[in-house]
Amino acid sequence: MSVELFVFWMLALVAVASAVLVISAKNPVHSVLFLILCFFNAAGLFVLIGAEFLAMVLVVVYVGAVAVLFMFVVMMLDINFVRLREGFLNYLPIGGLVGLVLLAELVLVGASWALKEPAIAAAPATAELDNTRALGRVLYTEHFLVFQIAGFVLLVSIIGAIALTLRERVGVKRQDIARQVHRRPAETLVLERVEPGKGV
Amino acid sequence: MTATLDLAPLLPELLLAAATLGLIVLGAIRERRDGAAIVTPLAVAALVVAAAAALALDKTPTVLLGGHFRFDAFAAILKALVLLATAASLLLIASYQEDERIDRFEFPLLALCSALGMSLMVSAESLLGLYMALELQSLPLYVMAAFQRDQLRSTEAGLKYFVLGALASGMLLYGCSLVYGFTGTLSFARLAEAFGPGAAGGMPIGAVVGLVFVIAGLAFKLAAVPFHMWTPDVYEGAPTSVTAFLAAAPKLAALGLALRVLMGPFADWAAQWQQVIVLVSAASMVLGALAGLVQTNIKRLLAYSGIANVGFALVGVAAGTAEGVEAALVYMLIYLVMTLGTFGIVLTMRRQGTYVETIAELAGLSQRRPLLAAAIAVFMFSLAGIPPLAGFFGKYFVFLAAVKAGLVWLAILGVLASVVAAYYYLRIVKLVYFDPAAEPFDELPAPGLRLVTTLSAAFVLGFVVIPGPVFAAAKLAAAALVPAALGR
Repeated sequence: MSVELFVFWMLALVAVASAVLVISAKNPVHSVLFLILCFFNAAGLFVLIGAEFLAMVLVVVYVGAVAVLFMFVVMMLDINFVRLREGFLNYLPIGGLVGLVLLAELVLVGASWALKEPAIAAAPATAELDNTRALGRVLYTEHFLVFQIAGFVLLVSIIGAIALTLRERVGVKRQDIARQVHRRPAETLVLERVEPGKGV
Repeated sequence: MTATLDLAPLLPELLLAAATLGLIVLGAIRERRDGAAIVTPLAVAALVVAAAAALALDKTPTVLLGGHFRFDAFAAILKALVLLATAASLLLIASYQEDERIDRFEFPLLALCSALGMSLMVSAESLLGLYMALELQSLPLYVMAAFQRDQLRSTEAGLKYFVLGALASGMLLYGCSLVYGFTGTLSFARLAEAFGPGAAGGMPIGAVVGLVFVIAGLAFKLAAVPFHMWTPDVYEGAPTSVTAFLAAAPKLAALGLALRVLMGPFADWAAQWQQVIVLVSAASMVLGALAGLVQTNIKRLLAYSGIANVGFALVGVAAGTAEGVEAALVYMLIYLVMTLGTFGIVLTMRRQGTYVETIAELAGLSQRRPLLAAAIAVFMFSLAGIPPLAGFFGKYFVFLAAVKAGLVWLAILGVLASVVAAYYYLRIVKLVYFDPAAEPFDELPAPGLRLVTTLSAAFVLGFVVIPGPVFAAAKLAAAALVPAALGR
């Protein structure tokens, strides 16, 4: 067994096992931690096939942001996850059936994949161009429009978040920079000579 | 190497994007004083200008920006319609927004972003462009549904719409990934090559599975059975102004996108998708007609009416011919106008300062407000498909296209469904004209609402006299879409 194959199996098995533990762990905090483990292993798999940029993004975005957000949600919201899971198994027959149908479809798909060459091959990778640079080149040229639309989607999410959650509250002490700048030491600062052993 | 990039075909989108960014700044500055009052008219103006720009551009088919964007007569005409419908919706709902105190300046901004998404949708020329445009169109709609954030019903509607919409996006994306995996390309032109008559061995089964997933995702956006479950709840829970917005332009854009996908890269494989569309269409017509019978809330009734009407439009799509496309477009345009008009009436149902939503509240309206009652009668007769109103012609041409394409049973089912649906439309007319009068509605000083309702009624009544321009536009759009696909 080559080293690569060994590493692949190790990463893949840990990824699958931790994915199973994400949904079976009783404690939601453990679930999130297993999710992070799963992300790290998936990142390892990406490194293995030479997609180092995707691996980095996975760690930075999913582990660094999404998983931490989940952690906040789990810890700060008062949700009873045990009660949420009650009656979970009632859906097993129908859920299992749907899962089986999807699995059968995927097997069919996989089988036909093995038999046929893709109609149009993907662009070949060039040796002197690393992943990040290659992605950057297509992102800002070929996929420029899509990239811009993604920017607008983010803009919408900002507007939406503000529109749905920002409330004007009265009696809040806000920072007024102009007032801060215009304050002079003489108005606010009093020098006191404090005798030893006495208070002010 | 010097490459010149001609961005002229992108003019409507550029205008909308610039208007959105400019109005964000303006709205943020004027928020306290008159944010919405100043942003809404400017947004309407931007939409109208962008629609005019779309129509004025040179309509020779062009593909640009890495093959993600296509501009042709189909795109131009649908863009103009979608943008004008968005502008009309904004005018229509202004008074309601004000009364319900949700007239914040973010609303027209979200509408502009959604319109930008719709405009990109009907120009999509790759699976990636399709997906991103669809997201840009849907995301503002989820926020809008939850816009009345202090009302439980509204937030519930927003959350429900968001979660189910995310599910639909997931299905669509999964389908796209399968199609991409089996063909190695995202662009519609190269997909058409891969699936074209020259392709050996037919369509790979994985790509067929992918196509079915893509259709499922699009059916969700169209609110077609069996992906309609969100519609009645979201329509009822969201503020009426948002419901009016949801029911109009986004539906037309989704139909345009479905036509782009089905008649573009997959045109040569009509046999693969036709059965799915026939099934979805038949189920939508039947369920929309039957479930509408028992509704007491007018917004729920209009939700089921919308489901049935999408079913009728899909009859034209199922035909898979240029004539079918033309009929579907005409149908959708007429439906759009009727919906705007009908919501114009729902938005006037205010009694002693609160808006009412049950159908029974309309009883005896003809005695106090004869003009409003006449408008209701016009829209309801048209929705029921009674000649000589516009709704009749819409239905007539989709059924004609289906019969010509050999789908006789589907046309018969459609006629039966529309007879059943006629019951609930005509029941409203009976309530308005023959039942004892309830308390009168408030007089609303709402010029935008009156304008849109009057124009809609005029269109529905006048269509029989001057149907030419609508058919000519639909023919032009269909001609731009169909030979582009079948000629390859």
